[in-house]
Amino acid sequence: VLQSASGSPGTFSGAGGEGCVHVTYLLETYFVLFINNQWQDAESGKTFPTINPATGEVICQVAEADENDVNKAVKAASDAFRLGSPWRRMDASHRGLLLNRLADAIERDAAYLAELETLDNGKPYAVAYSVDLPNVVKCLRYYAGWADKWEGKTIPIDGDYFCYTRHEPVGVCGQIIPWNFPLLMQAWKLGPALATGNTVVMKVAEQTPLTALYVASLIKEVGFPEGVVNILPGMGPTAGAAIARHMDVDKVAFTGSTEVGHLIQQASGSSNLKRVTLELGGKSPNIVLSDANMEDAVEQSHFALFFNQGQCCCAGSRTYVQADIYDEFVERSVERAKRRVVGDPFDMKTEQGPQVDQEQFNKILGYISSGKREGAKLMCGGGVAADRGYFIQPTVFGDVQDNMTIAREEIFGPVMQIFKFKTLEEVLTRANDSKYGLAAAVFTKDIDKANYVSSGLRAGTVWINCYDVFGAQAPFGGYKASGVGRELGQYGLENYTEVKTVFTCCLHEAPSDVITR
Amino acid sequence: MLLKPKCQNGLITKCIFINNEWHVSVSGKVFPVYNPATGEQICEVQEADKADVDKAVQAARLAFSLGSVWRRMDASERGKLLAKLADLVERDSVYLATIESLNSGKPFLPTLFVDLQGTIKTLRYFAGYADKIHGTSIPMDGEYLTFTRYEPIGVCGQIIPWNFPLMMAAWKLAPALACGNTVVLKPSEETPLTCLYVAALVKEAGFPPGVVNILPGFGPTAGAAIASHMGIDKVAFTGSTEVGKLIQEAAGRSNLKRVTLEMGGKNPNIIFADADLDLAVEQAHQGVFFNAGQCCTAGSRIYVEEPIYDEFVRRSVERAKRRIVGSPFDPTTEQGPQISREHQNRVLEYIQSGIQEGAKLECGGKALGLKGFFIEPTVFSDVRDDMRIAKEEIFGPVQQIMKFKTVEEAIERANNSDYGLTAAVFTTDINKAMTVSTAMQAGTVWVNCFNALSTQCPFGGYKMSGNGRELGESGLKEYLEIKTITMKTVTKNS
Repeated sequence: VLQSASGSPGTFSGAGGEGCVHVTYLLETYFVLFINNQWQDAESGKTFPTINPATGEVICQVAEADENDVNKAVKAASDAFRLGSPWRRMDASHRGLLLNRLADAIERDAAYLAELETLDNGKPYAVAYSVDLPNVVKCLRYYAGWADKWEGKTIPIDGDYFCYTRHEPVGVCGQIIPWNFPLLMQAWKLGPALATGNTVVMKVAEQTPLTALYVASLIKEVGFPEGVVNILPGMGPTAGAAIARHMDVDKVAFTGSTEVGHLIQQASGSSNLKRVTLELGGKSPNIVLSDANMEDAVEQSHFALFFNQGQCCCAGSRTYVQADIYDEFVERSVERAKRRVVGDPFDMKTEQGPQVDQEQFNKILGYISSGKREGAKLMCGGGVAADRGYFIQPTVFGDVQDNMTIAREEIFGPVMQIFKFKTLEEVLTRANDSKYGLAAAVFTKDIDKANYVSSGLRAGTVWINCYDVFGAQAPFGGYKASGVGRELGQYGLENYTEVKTVFTCCLHEAPSDVITR
Repeated sequence: MLLKPKCQNGLITKCIFINNEWHVSVSGKVFPVYNPATGEQICEVQEADKADVDKAVQAARLAFSLGSVWRRMDASERGKLLAKLADLVERDSVYLATIESLNSGKPFLPTLFVDLQGTIKTLRYFAGYADKIHGTSIPMDGEYLTFTRYEPIGVCGQIIPWNFPLMMAAWKLAPALACGNTVVLKPSEETPLTCLYVAALVKEAGFPPGVVNILPGFGPTAGAAIASHMGIDKVAFTGSTEVGKLIQEAAGRSNLKRVTLEMGGKNPNIIFADADLDLAVEQAHQGVFFNAGQCCTAGSRIYVEEPIYDEFVRRSVERAKRRIVGSPFDPTTEQGPQISREHQNRVLEYIQSGIQEGAKLECGGKALGLKGFFIEPTVFSDVRDDMRIAKEEIFGPVQQIMKFKTVEEAIERANNSDYGLTAAVFTTDINKAMTVSTAMQAGTVWVNCFNALSTQCPFGGYKMSGNGRELGESGLKEYLEIKTITMKTVTKNS
């Protein structure tokens, strides 16, 4: 049982039951704000509850940051960024070493973090432990390696000048992260920002603040100087907005809904023109051609939609199936969806946990209703899966038309839409007919078709005969309203870099025939 | 760790390392390894020759074959292994520094704080690069999808010297392994011990068998076998220019293996009258005397602007006289012995030539002590550019000071050498700094500092000081083969 915390550590126990993880941990975890390597209550004293979505019960109270706390955090981050500060004067390779140590500490505490993540978010423990945590560690290690390799150039300009560029950090970076992959999103943000020497004010999602706060204690443990990373649990319209419009925040990076993405960009424009990167929603097309390996395509397409309870920005939520294989594909997909094991996230057999909260739960059920109302064919599921918590049955709609609400809007839940198409040109047009452009996939054995479709799709990531393949090394981001900028890979460094060009006048002391330029 | 009794004695391993196993030499031969501070033998080490090189190459080829564990490993995983090796070197850094000092005569504390740190940082730096080696996708003319793959070259022969045994091993292993190659490395016959210790750590870290193979042995036998081996795809050599030429010839005569060379230097250090004199004197002193003068980077031609020449000489001599020569394990020692009797004699012979050719011997000039291979810190002034001590690499604690008048003169005389490894300029004037540093025909130029090296910065020689660069991103290039893949497509779109 968790106690509400006010600067004091909390303990918790995992859920019981047959075949479940059954552990009681006693690791110090603070549920308040982390500013300047110190734990503190919100200035207002306010707290908010964070809920276990598998049961609907409150886990604990967490301090709620708002504008005053954001101001404190930004001041701490600005101080840590001042010229001559320990962070500014640190060897780049040492920044990398600290990131590596953070990765080591997270790896050390991976079991605890996976449990906390599952408790707060509802994702199956087996997945949190074997997918989320290892990818967090890999992301941090990847960016640790970049710290001393992000080189400027020396440039042969016209005239007697020595010209070079410096890759400098942008400064104080506001980072607002979502609830669907709390730890992983934290790593995706911290990795490049810290490798390049920035300082950070991070607002974590109010649905899932716990694991990020534990990581804050590791950040302090491994030796990041105070003020370099500041973590604030709080709400979007208060703390998040305060960051987006803050005059002393040099850059904001946001991952979340397209709706809020618009607000962030506007806030930047109306404040100090802070640099903006956005990772937003998607309605990603998954195109299955008739020559695809059927069994593989069905399984991958199922995974593409249903992974993480359907709560992926890049979920393959428009499954376009070529006419000749449509019927068999739908039949197999329905059968697979019916077999999907929904249950207690701490049960190792569970494939699908609850949705993250009541609001999402209601919204998804609303979309299912609209699907039925607008004439899509409900093939299976469509209802609530348990009598407590926020569980929804794996749902499949067939005969979906492109103009239906469920075909155009991001549902963010376990609801699969299957469409029929005839030709390659047709499906490319329909796939691109969306305000979104985050990801896409094509299943085919034909090399020419694969190349044609992948180069034609307006999406930041295209998967061929696979889905949801990620690597810290490979850039990820959206076309159109799915986002601005790329995260991960070398490209991810650019968003956190300010390029300075330096020109030095060379007055030569010797005649020019001795000098080579 | 299961070793035959004759392979290990305490911390010292004396066998050949092939396929993650310890082997005795095919011929049965061994060779002695010495402590240059006393001249006494430390132990005998198995002597690799052509037959052992053949075995090692076979192991390395197998480890590199398509579908092997090493070829199929994630690049990030290769990086993880290198990072693990760095951690193990760090764990055992005191042992390694001790063995290094014992075998090479380098003072213990600088070895611990400079060599060991340099080794660890180099391994960590390239560990971070393993999964960041990018090819490109290319907008080619025509209906094609075109991209490049940066592949490992294959089996790399690596021959390293005795002046920084451990660090040179790291400079060679790290980029080669980060890029996915397999390695056959021959440490110097003078200093094989720390390299063999690292071999055990390579196995402990978890590198697959055959990826790293270490063969202690001699240049004319094992080294030559590597350079001319038809089954080795690339050779990297650090050592004398004389031997570098032989390596290049051997590569040409055999299979045109790719060659990179890091060789000697006769590096100019130009001191202007407006320099911070205290700084310049101390840096110039360390620049030539560090590691008992046994650095390819040694600033062994010091050009001092006329107005400050006398004062500079006076202070340099006073500093050289203060240099503490002694046992490597004495914490106050600044300078240990030369590496061997042969080398000591060669340095003494250069000193004699300096005296005979008319340079002014300001201090030092003689061997020091009854045991080991020590030489007094030696300073020559009034050196002329045509003297042997001004043209040839001495590789000992002998400082040459020359006088110059104008900037043009300094540049011309500095560049007048077949070597071109490093150079330095001391001045507070930004224009002189820019002018001189851009004019130097040298792979590394220091401004108001000397011997400032770091794993992020490419290092290598112009002219006969070398071919190719080590360290930094440039260091990766030499261990990669670029493959362009062009695929026909049906319709191209931008």
